[in-house]
Amino acid sequence: MNLLEVRNLRVWDGRGGSVLVSDSSFQLKKGSCLAIIGESGSGKSLTCRAIMRLNGRGLLQSGEIRFKGVDLNELDEREMRSRRGKQLYMILQNGMRAFDPSSVIGVHLRETLARHYRWNKNETTEKLRQAMQSVRLQDPIGILNKYPHQLSGGMLQRVMIALALLLEPDVILADEPTTALDTVSKFEVVEQFIQLRERTGCSMIFVSHELGVVRKLADEVMVMRAGSVIESGTAAAIFSNARHDYTRYLTSSQRKLNDRFQELMGGAGIADR
Amino acid sequence: MGRYIFKRGLISVPLLLVVSFLTFILNSLSPMDPAEVVLHAQGVPRITDELLEETRLALGLDRPLLVRYWNWFLSCLRLDFGDSYVTGKPVWSLLGPAFLNTLKLTMVSVVAIIILSIALGVLCALREGKLLDKSIRGISFVLTAMPSYLLASLLVLYFSVKLDLLPTNGMDTIGSYILPVTVITISYAGIYFRIVRSSMLSSLNEDYVLYGRACGLPERKITRRILRNSLQVAVSVFCMAIPIILGSTVVVENIFAWPGLGTLSVNSILSRDFPIIQAYVLILAASFVIVNTFSDMVNAWVNPKLREDG
Ligand SMILES: Nc1ncnc2c1ncn2[C@@H]1O[C@H](COP(=O)(O)OP(=O)(O)OP(=O)(O)O)[C@@H](O)[C@H]1O
Ligand SMILES: [Mg+2]
Repeated sequence: MNLLEVRNLRVWDGRGGSVLVSDSSFQLKKGSCLAIIGESGSGKSLTCRAIMRLNGRGLLQSGEIRFKGVDLNELDEREMRSRRGKQLYMILQNGMRAFDPSSVIGVHLRETLARHYRWNKNETTEKLRQAMQSVRLQDPIGILNKYPHQLSGGMLQRVMIALALLLEPDVILADEPTTALDTVSKFEVVEQFIQLRERTGCSMIFVSHELGVVRKLADEVMVMRAGSVIESGTAAAIFSNARHDYTRYLTSSQRKLNDRFQELMGGAGIADR
Repeated sequence: MGRYIFKRGLISVPLLLVVSFLTFILNSLSPMDPAEVVLHAQGVPRITDELLEETRLALGLDRPLLVRYWNWFLSCLRLDFGDSYVTGKPVWSLLGPAFLNTLKLTMVSVVAIIILSIALGVLCALREGKLLDKSIRGISFVLTAMPSYLLASLLVLYFSVKLDLLPTNGMDTIGSYILPVTVITISYAGIYFRIVRSSMLSSLNEDYVLYGRACGLPERKITRRILRNSLQVAVSVFCMAIPIILGSTVVVENIFAWPGLGTLSVNSILSRDFPIIQAYVLILAASFVIVNTFSDMVNAWVNPKLREDG
């Protein structure tokens, strides 16, 4: 069953008129993970943000985004907002910038939970502590009182994942969540993404440059180039016999780079660091 | 923080030395003989060469420039800026009250500027590209470009002469503040509100705004975060407005006969009253340093990242 069905999505610049994403269509099955791959500037981020209707002012979009039987593009802003966080949730690439630099992490987490649940302060703290511990964050209470710049990229990614564990959204859009991380943190964060899917049974759209990560996580893969979807299929099909030259080029040129990472992913023991 | 202030204090000493030395040199390059200035001011009918020589000796002008400078600087540290050539009164007794008057005018204006530029900046940023944004920017552009003497004259003509609502000069009542403060505010708010607006706009595209919205936070919470972060940028700019306005009230003070630094410094320059000019420059330089340190402290206080490094 398709949880999310995007038909003829088009994103364009309202001022310049240039089309940035053109007529892309794809589906996200319930409980599955769809990876979007493609070169820089191919429109992966725009596509994710279009689904959440969070592209900056000046960018316009058309097409159909059917989510649980409702076209998100037709909703008014208030209805759309009520779906953000609880039903559609986003994890960003750079944790350092994703959190408000002038308040401690706990402020964002508490404000978000207060928006979606009627937990009291102690309940919230307890839930946060459990969620953060389950993504292997040591000293959760200490972390709640830290500013983003005092934490590492990998920790902040796991904080965003911990929040997802509590919000239990239907769809998680992760926009290159591992790109900015070093190899070890990358391993840990990917591990947490796998567990996140197991625990919440959420569907996921996972944008990544890194095919090693994609192989590990994705059930289906969609290839974008210059704002269009040029190929999509099951992960196995895309990696073993891509129809499109560009896909073959992408998968082969990255294979070498990924060997090292694959080694690590296969290796054991690092998760208990 | 204490160490930081101490370090800033140490750095500012050579800065003040250089600034005051430059003024000292520039003043000594002036073709007017200070002794002549003094004698003229005292109304001596016939200035003879002996009289000039005597006065030079009395003023210590026979000593080398560097020695004079050093002596002057040492007495400045004791807040003794010498005596005015023209009135013979201690410089501080003239400069002190004038400084206070200008400070009052400046502080009231800065508060007005801050309130107006934050209000307009935020409003324009939230309505970016809309008619409201465009018209506010257009009007402010014209007003900022208008010379302050013209603006002042127009305001005086209308509110004081035609409507007879507000006083045209002096600083006797609260009402006396209205016109000068309005002129200063109009000339500067245009610049500062642009800074607030652009720093708001750049914050709008930050990732934390996107993530906050993606978490379903209400827009009011998001706006508060944007405000908080973009005002951090504006804080230091606002602080630096204080010495800038302190040093540029000349036109406004002269038009409204405000008994402040601007009026005093122009009069002193016209009458070649060097001790006053010297002290005026030194005070301005010192207030730049003080306000700068203060604004860094405020910045460190509102910005957790800086707080740690300091
Ligand atoms: N607000 C905007 N206004 C105009 N053009 C934009 C805007 N945001 C993105 N673009 C353009 O749209 C294109 C696609 O951008 P997008 O961020 O979706 O790429 P991407 O596939 O996510 O790339 P990357 O891998 O570098 O993140 C780029 O060429 C970019 O310049
Ligand atoms: Mg991107």
